[in-house]
Amino acid sequence: MGTKEKKTKIDIYKAWCKACGICVAFCPAEVLARDEAGYPYVKFPEKCINCGWCELRCPDFAITVYKKDKGLKEIDEEQKK
Amino acid sequence: MPEITKLIHKYLRHDKKFPHVWCPGCGIGIMLGALIRAIDRCGFTKDEIVLVSGIGCTGRLPVYVDFNTLHTTHGRALAFATGVKLANPKLKVIVVMGDGDAVAIGGNHFIHAARRNIDLTAIIVNNSIYGMTGGQYSPTTPYGMKTTTSSYTHIEQAFSISELAVTAGAPFVGRGTVYHAKLLDSLMEKAFMKKGFAVVEVISHCHTQFGKLNKMGSAVEMMQWQRDHAVTVEKAANMTEEELKNKFKIGVLIDKDLPIYLDEYEKIREMAKTKNK
Ligand SMILES: Cc1ncc(C[n+]2csc(CCOP(=O)(O)OP(=O)(O)O)c2C)c(N)n1
Ligand code: SF4
Ligand code: SF4
Ligand code: SF4
Ligand SMILES: [Mg+2]
Repeated sequence: MGTKEKKTKIDIYKAWCKACGICVAFCPAEVLARDEAGYPYVKFPEKCINCGWCELRCPDFAITVYKKDKGLKEIDEEQKK
Repeated sequence: MPEITKLIHKYLRHDKKFPHVWCPGCGIGIMLGALIRAIDRCGFTKDEIVLVSGIGCTGRLPVYVDFNTLHTTHGRALAFATGVKLANPKLKVIVVMGDGDAVAIGGNHFIHAARRNIDLTAIIVNNSIYGMTGGQYSPTTPYGMKTTTSSYTHIEQAFSISELAVTAGAPFVGRGTVYHAKLLDSLMEKAFMKKGFAVVEVISHCHTQFGKLNKMGSAVEMMQWQRDHAVTVEKAANMTEEELKNKFKIGVLIDKDLPIYLDEYEKIREMAKTKNK
């Protein structure tokens, strides 16, 4: 773990992103952060647990997470961030 | 492109203007994602689906997806949908409405579609307000909240859409929130597979109107509110009334079998045919 190949690839499609901050606020691993204009960027890619929640909650289909071989890890919806 | 997004893009109308018209962070977009994933998981083809809406921010939804779509008048989506279903029972007819659309102007259509048990899925985005027209109160605006038409405070009691649907006789009723997006996927999937009138109430946020007027903060803060006030039906079963105060239940609220309108209608046709022989 922690090697380069194991990092999840996260794409942010800026043309559709409206900088609402939802993906950043609810990422359980604090992978994402916001720039000065409020747009998300991937700050700590190595921390990503590949849960897929940023993608599921994005209202604009603007952030996507590539699956690692193991597939999406299930994270309890009830968990408090 | 990763799988989930590829799936979403398969169903979007790319000739429409994107990003879509909804405010940054609006829950309707999250609900649209769940709707697309659930339709895909059920295995319906694009041509089998008819997506019908009324008017409102929620009513804009069918514009963006590549199904047979019908953007009707405010409050009348269920009436149009009933016609579509009776004319061609093979179609899967899904209706998306706002809270105003469904239980204010369209309230009578709603209770009677449930009572008749027409084979339709009704998805209602409940943001407790008229989003599109500037934040007027709706029948789901809670007592004590502020809207542009109750600027001191709202003095009426709110409908519970789900409880109304149960009482009106709907055989399937589920409630979710846009925060709990995976639960939403599964509720929609169950509703689409249900024979009969199936309702999914989606608790969402209109931070632009309701949130601003009630100082509830951004879309993120309103989703945190959803997270902190929703309790699954399974958990609620072991909670006291005191603990459930100010909370709302999410999950499948009712799932039962009742005679379907179209099946019964078919029987009448058969009876009429034999009688006339
Ligand atoms: C017959 C008719 N009456 C009133 C209106 C004005 N109108 C448009 S949308 C709307 C309410 C929207 O609220 P809701 O259904 O909750 O949808 P939201 O925008 O919140 O998603 C109203 C009153 C209309 N378009 N047609
Ligand atoms: S949730 Fe989507 S629209 Fe909102 S900031 Fe993240 S990528 Fe952008
Ligand atoms: S997949 Fe999960 S951990 Fe990774 S960035 Fe998205 S929300 Fe954060
Ligand atoms: S006005 Fe409210 S309901 Fe309409 S798009 Fe904006 S946030 Fe969503
Ligand atoms: Mg509304």
